[in-house]
Amino acid sequence: MLRYIFLRIAGLFGVLLIVSILTFGLMHTVPGGPFDARALEKQQIVPENIKRQLNEKYGLDKPVWQQYALFVRNAVFLDFGYSMAYPSRTVFEIFKQQWSYSLQLGLLTFIFSIIVGVGLGIASAIKPNSFLDYFGTGVSIFCLVMPSFVFAILLQFVFSAWLGWLPTGGWSNPRHWIMPVLANSLAPVLVLQRYTRSSMRDAIKANYVRTARAKGLSKRRIMLVHVFKNALTPLLTVGGPLAASLIVGSFFVESIFRIPGIGFYFVSAIGSRDYPMIMATTLIWTFIISLAYLITDLLYALADPRVTLVKEE
Amino acid sequence: MINAAATNKHSNRLRESGFRRFWRRFAQNKIAVVAFVFIIFQIIVAIAAPWIAPYNPYKGDFLATWETPSRLHWLGTDDLGRDVFSRLLYGARISISVGVLSQMAIALVGIPVGALAGLKGGWVDYLIMRVIDVLSSLPTILFYILLMVALGAGFWNLILAMTLTGWIGIARLVRGQVLSLKKTDYVRASRAMGGGTFYIIRKHILRNVLTPIVVSIALGIPGAMFAEAGLSFLGLGIPAPQSSWGQMIGMYQGFIRTAWHLTLFPSIVLALTMLAWFMFADGIRDALDTNNNLKC
Repeated sequence: MLRYIFLRIAGLFGVLLIVSILTFGLMHTVPGGPFDARALEKQQIVPENIKRQLNEKYGLDKPVWQQYALFVRNAVFLDFGYSMAYPSRTVFEIFKQQWSYSLQLGLLTFIFSIIVGVGLGIASAIKPNSFLDYFGTGVSIFCLVMPSFVFAILLQFVFSAWLGWLPTGGWSNPRHWIMPVLANSLAPVLVLQRYTRSSMRDAIKANYVRTARAKGLSKRRIMLVHVFKNALTPLLTVGGPLAASLIVGSFFVESIFRIPGIGFYFVSAIGSRDYPMIMATTLIWTFIISLAYLITDLLYALADPRVTLVKEE
Repeated sequence: MINAAATNKHSNRLRESGFRRFWRRFAQNKIAVVAFVFIIFQIIVAIAAPWIAPYNPYKGDFLATWETPSRLHWLGTDDLGRDVFSRLLYGARISISVGVLSQMAIALVGIPVGALAGLKGGWVDYLIMRVIDVLSSLPTILFYILLMVALGAGFWNLILAMTLTGWIGIARLVRGQVLSLKKTDYVRASRAMGGGTFYIIRKHILRNVLTPIVVSIALGIPGAMFAEAGLSFLGLGIPAPQSSWGQMIGMYQGFIRTAWHLTLFPSIVLALTMLAWFMFADGIRDALDTNNNLKC
């Protein structure tokens, strides 16, 4: 078991290393440096000596492998340097100040999607072909085909522009939360609803449930003790990575509703070719999501004694 | 009598060709048929866009900017006075061609690579699988974004980025199928008779993996359209003078109160298109009756 955990952690760092090389390589194949993009936007010509100074400040004058080594060494200490789009703030500061918004949005979305997704999944599994079952299927199709930014625009149109009930953007009070959370919850609701439904159906059909019913146990007891416990444990495997992907922020929802979280900053970093910000975000996100997978696997083995992570020889 | 009729009907069904059988089962699914008709209509519209479009989608009219829908401009005009309806029509061209072309490219790369990995085994398989592992460890949307930042926005770069990320799925699928087909008696017999790797791929493997590949491509088309819209929304997909639905939504998302028509219409069209393609793909999957493990 310890060996397994050790190998997984080593794998995690391997993935991070490769992702960092990939990101670094891709960012440095971009034609035109970061200062060219901004100069083009502002229609000004950056004099050669200033360009040289800028390159020196951000370490872009060194050979590529040296830049990479420096980048990795600093990244270990979470130092990703100064943002190029916001030259007075380091990337770390941006993360520290803005992440709480993404975190709030992510957690609210997670809670909302668990209630809706798991609720609908359980309802359709317990009563197949009922109204709730069809409703659940309808919701999951809607979540599958509707891109989150399209849903966000439609919500804005109906509730802000047309009815005037909700503000179009911002994050200061709960009235601002409703639409972003709804728009952000499409994918999580889809995953949770489908997963809960199929896992509940399997559990209901299982032999031990039939035995419990034959023994004459009450329906309530069968549901609570036999079905729920066995059907909802596998939800951990999707819930963990889902939560991780939610708390790292959303490009689309944050930028449409102008929520100043990491997703919002990442989108603006793309536009301004802000290398440090792009690379930091990529690495941190990959780290969090891979870590979530690792923790989920370990938790799952603890929660369900039938699961063994290490193959028995 | 009834019995005889039933067996007769049954034997008729057995004699049906594969395609006829597929078509009969597809036609039973009313939603999928409606979606199919919608898609055909959309393809025709996309092809005929230059003749249908009332205005040039690239040419602005500076006397008619920010106009709301009217008799002259059915869906209004944007900040440069370009006709939204015409731009939507041209957007259909982008959406459909990105969906179809990217899936063709993905199939062209993914199928041979997957088949090679599955058939050759050994270090070739090991190498390919490690590459796949590494590439799939990156969150997909992030990978798209990085590639598009590096390549720059543009139609062909979009296809390239989608191919670079998308071949993984189909290669894995084909490899899995090949590994199980490899153990079948007819493939082993063919090999024993001296059939070469490419002969076996062509003659035996491809025909058997066709069904899951078709399903994966059918689902991949709306997936690619989804990705194109998302990337264009972020300003990384189709660059400005050309029109794409995602790009229109992204560019004018801040004007929902003042110029709602600029984002509302592309949103509706995009949502309907996604619905139609997914329902169509779903119909194909059900008609081909593959097991449901291919879902998304």
